[in-house]
Amino acid sequence: MRNISALLAGAVFGVGIAISGMGNPAKVLNFFDIFGTWDPSLALVMASALTTAAIGYRITFGARSKPLFDAKFHLPTSRDIDAKLVGGSAIFGIGWGISGFCPGGAIPALGFAPWPTALFLISMGAGILIARQLQNLPYFKTA
Amino acid sequence: MITQFTPIAALLGGFFIGIATVMLMAFNGRIAGMTAMLGGVLNPTSPDSGWRLAFLVGAIGTPLIATQFFGAEFGYFSPTTGPLLALGGVIVGLGVTFGSGCTSGHGVCGMARLSPRSIVATLTFMATTFITVGVMRHVIGG
Repeated sequence: MRNISALLAGAVFGVGIAISGMGNPAKVLNFFDIFGTWDPSLALVMASALTTAAIGYRITFGARSKPLFDAKFHLPTSRDIDAKLVGGSAIFGIGWGISGFCPGGAIPALGFAPWPTALFLISMGAGILIARQLQNLPYFKTA
Repeated sequence: MITQFTPIAALLGGFFIGIATVMLMAFNGRIAGMTAMLGGVLNPTSPDSGWRLAFLVGAIGTPLIATQFFGAEFGYFSPTTGPLLALGGVIVGLGVTFGSGCTSGHGVCGMARLSPRSIVATLTFMATTFITVGVMRHVIGG
């Protein structure tokens, strides 16, 4: 049942990304190009998604003590604002700015524009695997 | 390349993204973060890789079905191609793993919960994306 509900949520997510333009690198990059070919659309995507999620979460947590198909809500417990969080996020932004793809935009884009989306996703997968190896180094373990 | 301002599509698409986020929490009690989703699939021994794969199949599946069988068209153009796109992909993979999240996990789910970590992460990557696009288009490319 958990897999079916996740499939349904993913299906809705995919529609949202495709309609919104988050899966279109040209549109994403133009949002950040205020002094060039600016397209403010993504501000409305984020505002709409955020408002809907905030209200929906509030209703969900208010109405229920646990989700429908699991024993509890699995919420992140980490509270640390450290160099890893800030540094990683800063690096992500550089890659997003170069490519115009974020992970959530690229996955649904694979469904309607396989190339060069696949090149991005394969490279990103390599980056994830490299990062996992780096995280095993003593420096990052103690950080 | 110029893209049109599409406020209705943006608001509607964002609404669907938000609904999907709430669905995954209400049904499975899980954060709809794509970094964790992809990380789970790249780590098949994780007990969570099954539902994470199902989410990804759904996310790819609806745009695929809409375009292949229902004649839907979604705007798409990738200004970055070839080795530079691959480089961008590797950098994104590194960044989201160390930063523990991306636009969906931090930007939507975390911000919706007012998580201080996610607010810091989102402001950080929005800033560096803005700087990167500016440098690429107006310093190097300009």
